[in-house]
Amino acid sequence: MYAFDYRRPSSLAEAAALLRQDPEAKLLAGGHTLIPTLKQRLARPSVLLDIGHLAELRGLREENGGLAIGAAVRHGEVAASDLVRRTIPALAALASHIGDPAVRNRGTMGGSIANADPAADWPAAVVGCGAILRTDRREIAADDFFRGLFETALEEGEILREVWFPRPERAAYAKFPNPASRYAIVGVFVAKFADRVRVAVTGAAPAVFRATEMEEALTRDFRPEAIAGIRVPEDGLNSDLHASAEYRSHLVTVMARRAVEQARAS
Amino acid sequence: MPQVRMVVNGREVAGEVEGRTLLVEFLRERLGLTGTHVGCDTSQCGCCLVLVDGVSVKSCTTLALQCEGANVTTIEGLASDGELHPVQRAFHEHHGLQCGFCTPGMVISAVDLLSRNPDPTEAEVRSWLEGNFCRCTGYHNIVKAVLAAAAELRQQKAA
Repeated sequence: MYAFDYRRPSSLAEAAALLRQDPEAKLLAGGHTLIPTLKQRLARPSVLLDIGHLAELRGLREENGGLAIGAAVRHGEVAASDLVRRTIPALAALASHIGDPAVRNRGTMGGSIANADPAADWPAAVVGCGAILRTDRREIAADDFFRGLFETALEEGEILREVWFPRPERAAYAKFPNPASRYAIVGVFVAKFADRVRVAVTGAAPAVFRATEMEEALTRDFRPEAIAGIRVPEDGLNSDLHASAEYRSHLVTVMARRAVEQARAS
Repeated sequence: MPQVRMVVNGREVAGEVEGRTLLVEFLRERLGLTGTHVGCDTSQCGCCLVLVDGVSVKSCTTLALQCEGANVTTIEGLASDGELHPVQRAFHEHHGLQCGFCTPGMVISAVDLLSRNPDPTEAEVRSWLEGNFCRCTGYHNIVKAVLAAAAELRQQKAA
């Protein structure tokens, strides 16, 4: 790692002010993506602003029939939360399959979302639920948040504060994990609301996306058979040593069917 | 250079560190606690696990300064009064190690599991240990040891 300073701001406002002062500053929450990145010398921040402990980012509460989860809540805390298991159990299940236990003890939901790794699990839940992302400046709809490979709608110095998830009637996440990293080769989050179904796909493309043809079919008929014949075109899907675009396209349908089965059983 | 303070194995410690000093470097190089191993240095193998405020953490992927004020337990801190911790004893009795390199991380991970789930199934133990790599044993005796330690800890608690 290149040398950097470390600071622990005592509030979100202080963190935002420090970010404004220094364009080379970076936020640190759980550090489970950032520290490995620094070890590879792929980034050279002047200072890390540790916001992982801030109470403003650590809340987890019921709100407006849904769940508001603070950005610095750790994956393991979501997985173990009785409140999450009772209200949106699919979120707890998703969090319980990220990395391994020690990763889940440190890595944060907000860190994963703000980083927007194309293979991360959380973006599928955010888009699948149609969540609202609350920053220190504004609210952003899930459909407007993820812009591309590691790219989000967050502006320079903007800090993700919490995410509000509406509560679906039924939801589930099915993932075909990379056997080493547990990142999603393909992951599909299906959420059934009273009037519509949302289907979000991670791992398959440069950014999470909605499978709208599946959404329409499932809104009419919420059974796995309804989407068995629907294939997401392989054009534009990721192709790497783990899976070709053609295989990923196949996996999207398989994972979506499994997610619907799980959601129906939930 | 900034100072960091924490409690390690029940003892208050402090030291000057750089921003980039990892927790594992602080433990091994400053405090001489070399029981915590660095295996992969890429957050995958689990050899470097220590307990930070009671939960298992990869000390190679945590900055020392992130642990300001924390309570850290390393493998050296598990035994008390010369008595091995029940998990350590079970690894010994069930031959849950060969070369021993991964063992500190395995033991710390098992202690974290049993603090949450005192009566895990074999499948739960195997699933929990997916972040701990052992290149010698094939895991069977490690899993046996964790299950045996769980039984002993439950018995101790009931007694």
